[in-house]
Amino acid sequence: MEYKNGLDFIKKLDEYGDVKANWIVKVEEETNPNYGSFPWKREIKEHIRNGVINLDKPPGPTSHEVVAWIKRMLGLNKAGHGGTLEPHV
Amino acid sequence: MGWGDPKVTGVLPVALENATKVIGNIVHSGKEYVCVMQLHSEVSEDKLRKVLNEFVGKIYQKPPLRSSVKRTIRVKTIYYIELLEYTGKYALLRIGCEAGTYMRKLCHDVGEVLGVGAHMRELRRTRTGPFKEDETLVTMQQLSEAIYEWRSSGSEKLLRKTILPMEYIVSHMSKIIIRDSAVDSIAHGADLAVPGIVMLHDNIRRGDKVALMTLKGELVALGKALMSSKEIGEVSKGIAVKTIRVVMPPGVYPKKWKTRSKQ
Repeated sequence: MEYKNGLDFIKKLDEYGDVKANWIVKVEEETNPNYGSFPWKREIKEHIRNGVINLDKPPGPTSHEVVAWIKRMLGLNKAGHGGTLEPHV
Repeated sequence: MGWGDPKVTGVLPVALENATKVIGNIVHSGKEYVCVMQLHSEVSEDKLRKVLNEFVGKIYQKPPLRSSVKRTIRVKTIYYIELLEYTGKYALLRIGCEAGTYMRKLCHDVGEVLGVGAHMRELRRTRTGPFKEDETLVTMQQLSEAIYEWRSSGSEKLLRKTILPMEYIVSHMSKIIIRDSAVDSIAHGADLAVPGIVMLHDNIRRGDKVALMTLKGELVALGKALMSSKEIGEVSKGIAVKTIRVVMPPGVYPKKWKTRSKQ
């Protein structure tokens, strides 16, 4: 996925999140390319460390087990889900 | 896992490392499920539709016996229930609801009101917050293939499609874009003052949760608005947002904020 610039990326985020609000501009401003990084251009390890997976949870394992697998598959220290699919546990 | 519902499938956003700081934000967001409800005796479709409509709006639910929360009656909002298919024995439902609504309980209660009894047979989550069943949804197999391809051939392409930038987690929130010169102070936990703002969504009310982002589109922090969009638009100073969760580590952007008093 490529974007023209940061604002174009944010516009696409708004579409993804179904945000229909308009923008109020306070000042015209540029960003210095020497600092930070565009979210879609992060070095791959950084991309993973700052990533989220929209996962289709399979039947069988619990949400917790699935997260543990993903952690191991990617060799991460931390991973977490956005709300369990087993509300009774 | 004993009494859990591991058979449940569907949208489960998984945050990696640094992204775990904000994934909790999704837990309390709106949900959509598709579920199969089995009726213990046949009722007419008209009657079923009528009863389902009675459950749209505010409902009262007592958490099930074996649950992880305190068992006091809670008010939950059902936004919509669509009857997708009905065979007389099985009803396929699409339900939009508030976080923490028990679908199993809902099916049981619908059965009670119908007078014939009912229970939930299958459940699939189709939305949580901004995450839906769309082209970004991936299976464990797809993830595993993408990791394999990256590890074996060094090709990142598939992995970059499979893992989304964490900014997607806040995609449904109101956003405020801040100047480069304000980023590091926020990364240190400071609140956001009006002069640090480049642009903002026009729908923010006082007290709303907002995402603070750079002009490059990076998520810096989550905050609570102390002013509405209108107020921020009108004033030129004052604290606009109280920072509540910092995501970006300090030092990514240059420190410009301490020197101000030395002018």
